[in-house]
Amino acid sequence: MIAYLLRRTAILLGSLVLAAVVLFVLLRLLPGDPANALLGVGATPEQIEAARRELGTDAPLATQFLRWLADVATLDLGKSLVSSLPVGPEIVARLPVTVPLTLSAFVVAVLVAVPVGVLAATRADRWYGPVLNAIAQLGIAVPAFWVGLLLITVFALRLRVLPAGGFPPDGWGDFGAAAQSLVLPVVTVALVMSASLIRYVRSATLDVLGSDFLRTARALGASPAQALWRHGLRNAAVPVLAVLAMELATTFLGAVVVESVFALPGLGGLLTRGISQHDYPVVQGVMLVSTATVLVVGFLGDLAQRLADPRLRVRP
Amino acid sequence: MRKTLVAAAALSLTLALAACGGGGSDGTAKAGDAATIQIGSMYEPQNLDNTAGGGQGVTEALNGNVYEGLFKLTDDGKVEPLLAQDQKVSDDGLTYTFTLRPDVEFHSGKTLTSKDVKASIEAVTAESSKSARKSSLPEIRSIETPDDATVVVRLATRSISFVYNLSYIWVFNGDATDRTTKADGTGPYKLGDWKRGSTLTLTRNDAYWGTKAKNAGVVFHYFTDATALNNALLTNAVDVVTSEQSPDALSQFEGNNAYKVNNGQSTTKLLLAFNDKVAPFNDVTVRQAISAAIDDKKLLTSIWGEYGTTIGSMVPPSDPWYEDLTSVNAYDPEKAKQLLGGKTLTFTLDTPSYDPHPTAATFIKSELAKVGVTVNINTITADEWYTKVYQKHDFQATMQEHVNDRDVVWYGDPDFYWGYDNKQVTGWIDQAEQAKTADEQTALLKQANRKIAEDAASDWLYLYPQIVVASTKLSGYPVNGLNSQFYAYGITKS
Repeated sequence: MIAYLLRRTAILLGSLVLAAVVLFVLLRLLPGDPANALLGVGATPEQIEAARRELGTDAPLATQFLRWLADVATLDLGKSLVSSLPVGPEIVARLPVTVPLTLSAFVVAVLVAVPVGVLAATRADRWYGPVLNAIAQLGIAVPAFWVGLLLITVFALRLRVLPAGGFPPDGWGDFGAAAQSLVLPVVTVALVMSASLIRYVRSATLDVLGSDFLRTARALGASPAQALWRHGLRNAAVPVLAVLAMELATTFLGAVVVESVFALPGLGGLLTRGISQHDYPVVQGVMLVSTATVLVVGFLGDLAQRLADPRLRVRP
Repeated sequence: MRKTLVAAAALSLTLALAACGGGGSDGTAKAGDAATIQIGSMYEPQNLDNTAGGGQGVTEALNGNVYEGLFKLTDDGKVEPLLAQDQKVSDDGLTYTFTLRPDVEFHSGKTLTSKDVKASIEAVTAESSKSARKSSLPEIRSIETPDDATVVVRLATRSISFVYNLSYIWVFNGDATDRTTKADGTGPYKLGDWKRGSTLTLTRNDAYWGTKAKNAGVVFHYFTDATALNNALLTNAVDVVTSEQSPDALSQFEGNNAYKVNNGQSTTKLLLAFNDKVAPFNDVTVRQAISAAIDDKKLLTSIWGEYGTTIGSMVPPSDPWYEDLTSVNAYDPEKAKQLLGGKTLTFTLDTPSYDPHPTAATFIKSELAKVGVTVNINTITADEWYTKVYQKHDFQATMQEHVNDRDVVWYGDPDFYWGYDNKQVTGWIDQAEQAKTADEQTALLKQANRKIAEDAASDWLYLYPQIVVASTKLSGYPVNGLNSQFYAYGITKS
């Protein structure tokens, strides 16, 4: 287990460095120059040159990369080219929106998906089994922003029970208002996420239902519910756990997309604006934090899987 | 087993839906001078310093509200004294002596002195300055402060627009160190909290030297999505939208008597800009033919419905030298064919990828096909536009929005991206800047504007509308929003 941990940690760190390189290079491949976006029409060539020097974008790419990497190593994500404000605090300021949104959406999605998925599998012979499955299929096909718009139309514009978007100026200081403004975004992300989760849970449960050990358990006198509860769920949990880690990452990305529909001041808004303004440090910062989160969650997911399944702990 | 599962499923759904039980808008809205006005906008400041790339958002939120200049540009385009009580200009027009209004205090409590004014002007002209006004200011020889109430500015050349340009130079506390996240001005509002990506709050300055704000404060709510902004207005989360950018969204407010749609004047012109230095547009008759072949009015209507106007040249009605020139090179496809004399033409139109350019380009293509001109639409990003078109002048024709007022003067610069080079026009524009009186300046710029229209230096497709949509409970808000400013101090809510 220790050797595994070390190996897995090394892979994690390696992937992070690789991700940083890819991010940096890809961004620089985009056409355009941040100095332009900064100064606009009317700027003289001298002004543009001066801006480039000041931003450091006139240095060779390798130099720029090493500078950035050295800064990142000391947890300094640099300053925005556009606002000249430090990126780190900017990202931290957005977390109180994005993190609660992601986690609540994830929890709601799991709470919905696990029972519904198990039900869709165990009751595949009843009318509602296939119906649940069909609804889940439909849910996968529907884009999150569309669900968001639909919920806004119904709950904010027609029924007027929830805000259409935005976040209170006092943030979580005004807890009620902050919680309210997250309800629709959470439901949006959760609905879309649970659709794909339901399908995983269903197929994992179906696999287990057809397994030899469950038949054996039944033969030994356990009722279907007992057999499923005691032997089935743990076995079905293994593939689902792996998927859950991935799903948490997808939920985070879903949250980032949905934020702009609901005008939430989260990482999504920061990222979209950074991209449109060629604000390299901002885009790099947000992407690096997101990539790191996804990698770490994947890492934890792998560990959880090993703990749930003793067979994985034996080296082949 | 089945019951448990059904119950679990039902429970999770209920949990999700139960959270929906709360109420939407708060019922604590106050009226009159105790009211806080909620303003919706698409333009969040990048930072709070207009000499460090704060963008149009910082002008909208802080200009005239938190910061004030020696002069102010009113909502209808007039220049009035603000922090300057008096000004004297020497006979040669090179020395300006400003007397400051007495007893003006910054929000921090410090008294305004001439040294603050000097520091404020120097911040704009500094080498590191990213101010959009830097290039329009004349060369300043020196700024002297003989006493606390007097500022003497000596210019290298005569500049009639100097005072106008001063209305864009904010006077800040010269001792302030951080102007990107803090603001110490003299205006009717103090800066409250700025939650980046979300809201910026201004609160009434009760120690203001002039007429105090008619509301207790304003909160700017920032959006990146136009639909989200309109939804906020529809659900009363905001009271007013500073500048409506999606024509399709207007119908939901027009038929609703809870809202007023204000059709104000903007300074944003949509241009079909020719590269006047390269074929086929180095030929004036080709430019005239193209201008005559496009039905600008029809294009405007197809995009903005009944809003916006055609102006026929570069000068919008809020500039003092405006003249309706829509009759010059007016829509006349027969005349266009005649001018082209049976020639067939092909050119590439570099089209920025964002609205309304692709729509307009397609319209232009079909209009020109009728007179035998083939247009190849080449879609480019905003950044490519800057590099390819603006810097390298590597294009035949392009489209662009020009947002500033008084920007006809760019036609006097032969090195500007559109390459219009007419000695006469350059001369008039130079003389206009050196003019002794505003009348003289106006006459010369009118002349220049007429000449570029006759020469079809560009094709000015239309002037954007400036649409402020507000709740009918609101009054006293600015409707023109010249150069994105939005004075909030006169707004009242009933």
